[in-house]
Amino acid sequence: MSNPAPLFSAFRQALSEAWASGAGLLLPIGFFSGTAMLVPFTLGDEAETLAKIGPGVLWLALALASLVTLERVFQADLQDGALDLWVQEEASISLIALTKTLAHWLISGAPLILMAPILGRLLGVPFEDMVPAMAAYGIGGFTFFLWGGVAAALAAGVARAGLLIALIAIPFFVPAIIFGTLSLTEGFDGASILFLSAACLFALGVAPAAMGAALRLAAE
Amino acid sequence: MSDTRLIHGQSLGAVRGERVLFRDVSVEAKAGDLVLLRGANGTGITTLLRQLAGLSPPQAGEIERSASHHWIGHTNGLKAHETPRTHLQHWAKVWGSEADIDDILKRTSLRRPADVPSRMLSAGQKRRTALGRLKLVSRKLWLLDEPFNALDTDGQAYLAEMIEAHRADGGAVIAALHGAAPVKASSEVAL
Repeated sequence: MSNPAPLFSAFRQALSEAWASGAGLLLPIGFFSGTAMLVPFTLGDEAETLAKIGPGVLWLALALASLVTLERVFQADLQDGALDLWVQEEASISLIALTKTLAHWLISGAPLILMAPILGRLLGVPFEDMVPAMAAYGIGGFTFFLWGGVAAALAAGVARAGLLIALIAIPFFVPAIIFGTLSLTEGFDGASILFLSAACLFALGVAPAAMGAALRLAAE
Repeated sequence: MSDTRLIHGQSLGAVRGERVLFRDVSVEAKAGDLVLLRGANGTGITTLLRQLAGLSPPQAGEIERSASHHWIGHTNGLKAHETPRTHLQHWAKVWGSEADIDDILKRTSLRRPADVPSRMLSAGQKRRTALGRLKLVSRKLWLLDEPFNALDTDGQAYLAEMIEAHRADGGAVIAALHGAAPVKASSEVAL
């Protein structure tokens, strides 16, 4: 791994790909906002209830929004032959996959964090509660993208893989969702945010190897 | 002679499901060689080429490689958002190439569509872009899957010229071909 040039190039390529394919920022933001906005219609408009469940609702919307954008991440690489080229590179395919996931998270995951206070406001969540929540959304969102990336790599050869990706990835979302939601009530003082970070680090350690193995298999 | 051998696949075999695709096939390429892999559709020449490239592990036999290679598959490797120029720039960066991209675009007759996203390019233009990668860095061995597909007469002549120049330069080419060959091979492997 002495030469970082392939990783930088992969990052740049994935950034422009993510920007060009998913209608840029608008699609995931629209999906995130839409999901969050449906909740008052199903649970009633009582301000107190909404303020209480608002942050949890945003967690759910975040998890779902991360899934919608991931379908094409590796599938396109398999179809257009770019995966064949990457697999033959000296640079590890696991690191390339991690780089790509990071780029896609930056384009379609990170903007959701910035949307969170606005949506929180609409649900009546006090602003000071949103600051620790945003940190948690950032860590949790990246965790979702890592596990989602593994699922996307496994499903790269499958047509209409969206549902399969959700099916594979959702069980892996559970720890991040549990500790993420707990951290909302505890803020920065509790242990939950640490457990959430641990879940993220675990994903960071395991997911790249899993993505690499799945992509090698897909290229065969 | 063995010191100029760039790749040697010995008694290779492949299985598809329950069926033996091919068995006991040996391929070798020395400097200056053009080896054609020939066979009807479904006989496994693409699989054989992918084994030589290291993309698929051979189910039987061994492959010895002593040179780096270029790969052009039947999919060209272009992303839908990439233009011929950004595609070549991207791989030039990955491979640390100093090659003059404008010159490559000129030689592959891609100057006009150089900045058009590949989803709007014709199959032949995409193929020409992929062939441009061969010029980015010099690698001894070229592995080409149906390289003449989608190319017009000029393109085919240009590629034949490229292949001859590469061989004269001490390189070798292994190409999978179904149809007629516009180039003269030094050896053929029939499946």
